Amino acid sequence: MSSPLALDVADLSKKYGDRMAVSHANFEVPMGSICGFVGPNGSGKTTTIKMLLGLISPTTGSGHVLGESITQPEKYLPYVGAMIEGPAFYPALTGFQNLTVLAKLGGFSTDLIQGLLDLVGLGDRGDSKYKTYSLGMKQRLGIAAALLPNPKLLVLDEPTNGLDPAGIHEVRSLLRKLADAGTTVFVSSHLLSEIEMISDHLVMLRLGKVIFSGKTSDLLAKQQPVIVAVPEKVSDLDKLMQIAAAAGHKAIISDSAVHVTGTSDFSATLNRAAFDAGIVLASLTPVRASLEDTFFEMTGE
Amino acid sequence: MWNVIRAELTKLRRPSLALSTLLAVTFVTGLITSVLFLLVDSPSGNGERGVRIGRDVLSLASGASLSFSNSAGLLGIVALCIFAAQTAQEYTYGTLRNLLVRQPSRIKILIGKLAAMKLFAIVMVAVSGLVGIALSYLFAGMKDVSTTLWSTPEARSAVIRGFINVLIATIGYGIFGMILGLLFRSPISAISIGVIWNLIIEGLLSAFVTNIDRYFPGQLLSTVAVGGTDKISYQYALITSYSFLLGGLAVVAFLFKKRDVAN
Repeated sequence: MSSPLALDVADLSKKYGDRMAVSHANFEVPMGSICGFVGPNGSGKTTTIKMLLGLISPTTGSGHVLGESITQPEKYLPYVGAMIEGPAFYPALTGFQNLTVLAKLGGFSTDLIQGLLDLVGLGDRGDSKYKTYSLGMKQRLGIAAALLPNPKLLVLDEPTNGLDPAGIHEVRSLLRKLADAGTTVFVSSHLLSEIEMISDHLVMLRLGKVIFSGKTSDLLAKQQPVIVAVPEKVSDLDKLMQIAAAAGHKAIISDSAVHVTGTSDFSATLNRAAFDAGIVLASLTPVRASLEDTFFEMTGE
Repeated sequence: MWNVIRAELTKLRRPSLALSTLLAVTFVTGLITSVLFLLVDSPSGNGERGVRIGRDVLSLASGASLSFSNSAGLLGIVALCIFAAQTAQEYTYGTLRNLLVRQPSRIKILIGKLAAMKLFAIVMVAVSGLVGIALSYLFAGMKDVSTTLWSTPEARSAVIRGFINVLIATIGYGIFGMILGLLFRSPISAISIGVIWNLIIEGLLSAFVTNIDRYFPGQLLSTVAVGGTDKISYQYALITSYSFLLGGLAVVAFLFKKRDVAN
């Protein structure tokens, strides 16, 4: 039996004039997963998110959020927390007052606010005006606002923008904790390495088109592992590449190293062949393909 | 709906906005009241466009609330600025998307916002009334204006009537500001166009073109505030001005409901 879906989108498109911002998107996000929504800037991530939240009308297609049609956002938005296009608040109000506005609007208890500020590390700055916040603090307030409804689905658009490494780590842990507690997290980012670390599901977008949707592990498993061989002498690079190619492996030279497609089993063979040819290897490292590599390979960029 | 009003009031209650508005209201009413009473003997007049309002008029039962009624135009400009800014800032700050995620019914957002700003306008007008009446008593003593009729039941009903009329006019100006805020989606554009229209375009054209003020919402709202004039009846001013405003509001509400939230 398939798991229930937090999001499903069928043939969803948005056209602005002659430009397709999102083109016939199809994807599903299982309930309780952390789903990375990745793609370069301008690939249509925010437009898609806005269509899912009822802020933009799709040109064609349909979608469901928590089982309800996106044409009736009032049915699912009480259970959705969102931060879209970065944090946006009233500069003259304090962090606490800004959350109070949203809590009152959504009919949530204002008693939750201090706890949320503590959770995102703003417990002692809740009384400061938003205009005095750093970019990282604004981002944290945006995450706190998204958590106000104790959401079943949390939609975060580039949540780690402006955060320092410690802040990024905290956000990552928080998202994992929320997912473990049953919240579905749909998080967009153009930083593929960051998404790779937290997401168990992935939707990949390029030029408005979905180029992959599924489990992150399935995507990475499709990629051939690579062995990176670095010869002691740069002049041996070509020779080393020819040795790998002669053994039937695809090899390229990049960054003063030979990148050979093949499993780690081939490492010993390559090492021996290089030694026989008089090449001393400074290092020989089997590397798992990263999401970034996979993305570039899929998009041909 | 009530949730929207409560949320809006949280924004409107912030000291920087509330105090500066009340200061502006006090200043405007004080200015109009002092001109009305302190220049009572001035040959260049003490009323709008050089009209002379003598002691005999100021001594009537309506004298205590006269300055307050005459302040309506400027109070309206204050309301226009606040309503326009409070509406348009949601676009410039990008906060509209937060509001719509928490309350997807755009019409409820709009009506709630308007209701909250009307409550704010009631406070504004009440403060203006109190300041106007208090200063009228003060200046009447200084300029030998009789206040005997100011404490009669007729005077009290004149104050209540004045309050209601000024409130209707002030809210009307505010609605005009809200329409501009929704249309231009920028506080600076909305406020500058609103102020230029009301103070300059309407004012100038009304001074030079006969009877054109019968068709200008700002001029008609000023007429409502003073309970009608010899030229334009109260009913005509009220119905015509609010027909313009409600028509405009319906158009921008439709746009607000249908437009994508792009920023």
